[in-house]
Amino acid sequence: MRFTSPSPTRSSTRLAVALALAAGCGASHAAAPEKVTLGVAIPTATHGFTGGIVWWANQAKKELEAANPTLKVIVKTAASTPEQANQVQDLLVVNKMNALVILPLESASLTQPVSQVKNKGVYVTVVDRGLTNPAAQNAYVAGDNAAFGRLPAEYLAKRLNGKGNIVILRGMPSTIDNERVNAFQAEIKKHPGIKVLDAKYGNWNRDDAFKVTQDYLTRFKAIDAVWAADDDMAIGVLKAIEQAKRTDVKEVFGGAGAKFAVKKVLDGDKLVQADVSYSPKFIYDAIKMTATARLKGEALPARTIIPSVLITRDNARQFYFPESPY
Amino acid sequence: MQPTPTTPSTEPASKPGPKPAAIPGLAHLKAAGPLIALILLCIAGAFLNPDFATVDNLMNVLTRTAFIGIIAVGMTFVIVSGGIDLSVGSMAALIAGAMIVAMNALVAGANPPGPVGIVAAGIALALVFGAAFGTAHGLLITRGRIEPFIVTLGTLGIFRAMLTWLSDGGALTLDFNLAETYSPVYYQNLLGVPVPVWVFALVAIAGTVILNRTAYGQHVQAIGSSEQVARYAAIRVDRAKVLTYLLLGVCVAIATILYVPRLGSATPTTGILWELEAIAAVVVGGTSLRGGAGRIMGTVVGAILLSVIGNILNLTSIISVHLNPAVQGVVIIVVAYLQRGRR
Repeated sequence: MRFTSPSPTRSSTRLAVALALAAGCGASHAAAPEKVTLGVAIPTATHGFTGGIVWWANQAKKELEAANPTLKVIVKTAASTPEQANQVQDLLVVNKMNALVILPLESASLTQPVSQVKNKGVYVTVVDRGLTNPAAQNAYVAGDNAAFGRLPAEYLAKRLNGKGNIVILRGMPSTIDNERVNAFQAEIKKHPGIKVLDAKYGNWNRDDAFKVTQDYLTRFKAIDAVWAADDDMAIGVLKAIEQAKRTDVKEVFGGAGAKFAVKKVLDGDKLVQADVSYSPKFIYDAIKMTATARLKGEALPARTIIPSVLITRDNARQFYFPESPY
Repeated sequence: MQPTPTTPSTEPASKPGPKPAAIPGLAHLKAAGPLIALILLCIAGAFLNPDFATVDNLMNVLTRTAFIGIIAVGMTFVIVSGGIDLSVGSMAALIAGAMIVAMNALVAGANPPGPVGIVAAGIALALVFGAAFGTAHGLLITRGRIEPFIVTLGTLGIFRAMLTWLSDGGALTLDFNLAETYSPVYYQNLLGVPVPVWVFALVAIAGTVILNRTAYGQHVQAIGSSEQVARYAAIRVDRAKVLTYLLLGVCVAIATILYVPRLGSATPTTGILWELEAIAAVVVGGTSLRGGAGRIMGTVVGAILLSVIGNILNLTSIISVHLNPAVQGVVIIVVAYLQRGRR
């Protein structure tokens, strides 16, 4: 607080110094490597797969922060869409993130909140469940959802010799669920002898899958195969079938290569003889790719797809990782 | 006005004037309890994490509080009149779903009006639904003479089931262009303050004026104090009660109108547990669940207080964020304990 008015020469010198400093800062900012604060917004471990996601995300954080001192990674998990929307906002306002890796809980609900932070200059990588407006994301990393739906359809058609009744359990309403189911249905259409009786949402959740399967078993007296579309849901399906003491179901096909399901395939289980890979490790890959690119000020390719493979008794050994959480 | 109450305590808001407190100003101090707690909490928050005290963060907290806050203002009227409404979360979900379905239908229809017109139609529809549901509650409770708890417990199930049926178990998503037109309602700032905060302020002021400065507000408090006596005082009890539920329905509609542009979608889990959060805000603000006296500004402070607690816990690492609801639960119990002597 000055009580004497500064002389004109002093104030103009101050102004010149301030301007020079600002220019200098601007210049040096452009040349120096970017200091990256990477926000990671993922679902809480509601089921085995998301448990794997959380574990891999924290692995990525540990390894990347140790290797890069100018990188800060903040991992937030959310149980509901408003919570995740809040976290995305806080990561920008409070933590001042300049890059975001997000696995949206629901594609439609998170599109607006993510679009808002992208418009404020945050680089956005979306993993797995894509947003309904691709303009709201800079890069997309996912497993091969089309193969995830196609491979079980091919396998089941062969297993049932082209004839039979199948029921489908869908996941949570999201773009990837739509991709998978559409790919499955497209493949099944090539086998006119196979009839899809129904496709209801199981939300990738054992309890919901159990309830939905119970309803199916009550409504349909003859079911040849169940596409459970997820290994966690497959557990719910198997329990429901066991409880109803039904013998008509020949195969339950899950998905994502959870270690207990791969073990069943390895051991030659009666109902679970095949699976398809879709590892939660892709969050680790997405975080690593985003951090590496942003530290250099670069962008990622718009779409990166990690392939899915059919797992049968012959190659199950390669997909069995007992120490991993999923 | 009302005959002298036989119960020992007196609430300042039941008569528009100074209260007969033993120590002058003590009742004022008790009423200011939640506000003092909020101020202390904010100071503590600023110490624990300087990012808490930024304008951006505070605006975010206020914006998120707006939904529960607006509903809680309406809930204050219902609770003061001696009733309760457990269905507000499900009502919000159903109104959101109905709005989205209607707006999507309009945009896909034969001669679609412009996006602003469709959004306006959606908003009008929401208000109509809110008023209709509220009136239905009121009539079932007064004419049907069924307990408010039971009526709203039933409609809680009915509303959510109808939404789940509408959405076929999945999500109802607003057409993308409409979502772009509508999103400023939640995300835009007017003079640096987000729109939902303005609406929250207006609703709170309107609520305070209605409760404390109109004859209707006096009637509502009288009914909550003693319904029989109010009847003898020629207050039209049934009409007043129906109006409280209608007001709450409109508040729920307003909250939903602000909520839909945020995520642009309604799912079976939208609005879950909002009723309990609204009731908690009312209780923490100083209104007794038994009714008879209530303070809208207390409710507003209560809503903000619970939100601020969550925000501070998120920004600091004192305890795991999973324990946030536990801390809020403890706060509710402590506040109720401190207020137990008030009636």
